[in-house]
Amino acid sequence: MTEATIPDASERDEQTVGKPQLEKKVSMSCRNVDVFYGEKQAIFDVSLDIGKHEVLAMIGPSGCGKSTFLRCLNRMNDTIDICRVLGSLRLDDEDIYDPKMDVELLRARVGMVFQKPNPFPKSIYENVAYGARIHGLTRDKTELDEIVENSLARAGLWEEVKDRLDDVGTGLSGGQQQRLCIARAIAINPEVILMDEPCSALDPIATATVEELIDELRQRYTIVIVTHSMQQAARVSQRTAYFHMGKLIEVDKTDRIFTNPGHELTEAYITGRFG
Amino acid sequence: MNLFVYFIVFVLLSIGAYWYGRRYSLGLVSRDRRRLHSLPQYYGYYVALWSVVPAFLMLLLWLFLDQDLIVHLVSAGLPESIKSLSPDELGLYLNDVVNLAKGNITSSEGDAIMQQAAAHYRHLLQISHMALGIAVTGSVVAGAAFSLHRIRPDFRSRPRVERMVKWLLVLSSSIAILTTVGIVLSVLFEAIRFFKIIPLTDFLFGLQWSPQMAIREDQVGASGAFGVVPLFAGTLLIALIAMLVAVPVGLMSAIYLVEFSGSRMRAWAKPLLEILAGIPTVVYGFFAALVVAPVLRSAGESVGLQVSSESALAAGLVMGIMIIPFVSSLSDDVINAVPQAMRDGSYALGATRAETIYRVIVPAALPGIVGGVLLAVSRAIGETMIVVMAAGLTANLTVNPLDSVTTITVQIVTLLVGDQEFDSPKTLAAFALGLVLFIATLLLNVLALHVVRKYREEYE
Repeated sequence: MTEATIPDASERDEQTVGKPQLEKKVSMSCRNVDVFYGEKQAIFDVSLDIGKHEVLAMIGPSGCGKSTFLRCLNRMNDTIDICRVLGSLRLDDEDIYDPKMDVELLRARVGMVFQKPNPFPKSIYENVAYGARIHGLTRDKTELDEIVENSLARAGLWEEVKDRLDDVGTGLSGGQQQRLCIARAIAINPEVILMDEPCSALDPIATATVEELIDELRQRYTIVIVTHSMQQAARVSQRTAYFHMGKLIEVDKTDRIFTNPGHELTEAYITGRFG
Repeated sequence: MNLFVYFIVFVLLSIGAYWYGRRYSLGLVSRDRRRLHSLPQYYGYYVALWSVVPAFLMLLLWLFLDQDLIVHLVSAGLPESIKSLSPDELGLYLNDVVNLAKGNITSSEGDAIMQQAAAHYRHLLQISHMALGIAVTGSVVAGAAFSLHRIRPDFRSRPRVERMVKWLLVLSSSIAILTTVGIVLSVLFEAIRFFKIIPLTDFLFGLQWSPQMAIREDQVGASGAFGVVPLFAGTLLIALIAMLVAVPVGLMSAIYLVEFSGSRMRAWAKPLLEILAGIPTVVYGFFAALVVAPVLRSAGESVGLQVSSESALAAGLVMGIMIIPFVSSLSDDVINAVPQAMRDGSYALGATRAETIYRVIVPAALPGIVGGVLLAVSRAIGETMIVVMAAGLTANLTVNPLDSVTTITVQIVTLLVGDQEFDSPKTLAAFALGLVLFIATLLLNVLALHVVRKYREEYE
């Protein structure tokens, strides 16, 4: 069976299977999150914890709301006028949708890497220094140089670009551009990094490099990654969340999801019956 | 009148030919259109084009040539005494003949010879019209017969019509191009005539502009100085003031419209801004001359400044207002073309909107904005009506915006207004100025297009 209609889950009203909530080391906690685009509801009552220093993969068929949910975590949905977010989303026990919340600081703490590499049409150096400059993180040029070097090194790009920091970032290869975007995100030392299908525009070798990088970054950061590739989810993540038509169907340890899924929809998806 | 009749006849003929060609092709296959190579209307178009186009071209050619031909024939029939006149006088005489024949007012009373020549002219004209009628009818008939003769069920009329349509389009575009080339060449040749009288170096580097020439030897106070520098300086001063108004205001309103305004605000603010571009420049002109200039003058007086009533400032300010929509709509386009991914990337790093605009969007859009500004500059340099009404006529070489200056366009207008002799440097100077203006704006446009094109490749 190659192509099948996606089973309808909108009528079901059941609890998320698995372990959406954690007891300790919680970085972000989301409770009863609903998201609307105008009249249309895109996310239905999602509750999910994201643990510190874990890689959480979000999988599910196209249009299931995983990217929408990801963009709630650093309020990138604010740029869409008709988008409304209900429920509670907390980062280290601070309500991120509190009107008093400083959105710019939130986004500095919750960085993001996009599907398509989007370096600025500036030099490699300026791309990485951008965040540090706008947040005033450094006292002088030496500190800024240090931040740029460290970030590029942590993104595994330093050796490749150290002799041409003044070249434009858009001139790098796709995989290098994506690592540059990761370096740019970690240069302001975020707590959480959100990745929205970071490898979907890359070739297999570049993908492998980025995946290794994600594994290393876990030492310092919490990572939430949306992916279309179940192999990628299996390779890089510790926990996996399966979204289906705006609902969080199942969350559990990654190996458990892929070996012994608790919900029939999860099983149907990972065995490739639709998607 | 005659031409209008021909036009109506051609329209009716082509409709008739279309209808007949279509019917004829269907008749060949006993109304089973599947057996025709092309759709029936293509046979109709084919017949219509063949009937009308050659006849129309013939008519045009005739209209171009017949007057000259007839006049030539008439002059050949004149007595020796008149033929031996100098070419200029002969030309005048023939002019009179033609005018007499047409019943217009003539400059001299016609004598018997002229009357006779006029009668000869009328006679030839009649023959010519008759011949034209016959030739056109013959061409229509021949074209229709030829095309109908070629129509067979397997005749491929569709690609033929396609080719004819292509040539029609080529013709239209070449009319536009050739006209431009013609204008440039005529300006160039007249300018060369001017430079034979006034040396090019005097023109380009002279600091004095006073184009009054003595018409008679004994006239006083008019020697004629054709130094273009003060005009250029005045043009650039006014253009600079205009850009100082238009660039910041236009750019910022574009940024507001793209980045900040909601879609409903944008829906009415943008057309409203573009209305500014629709105001005739003559309205801007009297606005500058009658409202802005007096206000500036009295404001200047109240703080003890000497402001000329035709100051560069007044003309420049109003010209700046006029150019705002130009700058804003071009910047609007390039700012809109900056990919959303750039904005997202910046927001995701915790930048505010203003920081994103200042650090990412404007730098990314800068080449396009520069291109738009350069186009606006060439518009400002070529603008005429506002400066004719609001800027002065005296060619002051000054950088003081409160003084009156004059521009190249203003001088072209003043040189050509009224009766002029067409061999005096004063008149020819207009062509030289036109050429300079054309080259300046052309260079600016080429530069602008180059910059804009370079920018286009940036994100691909």
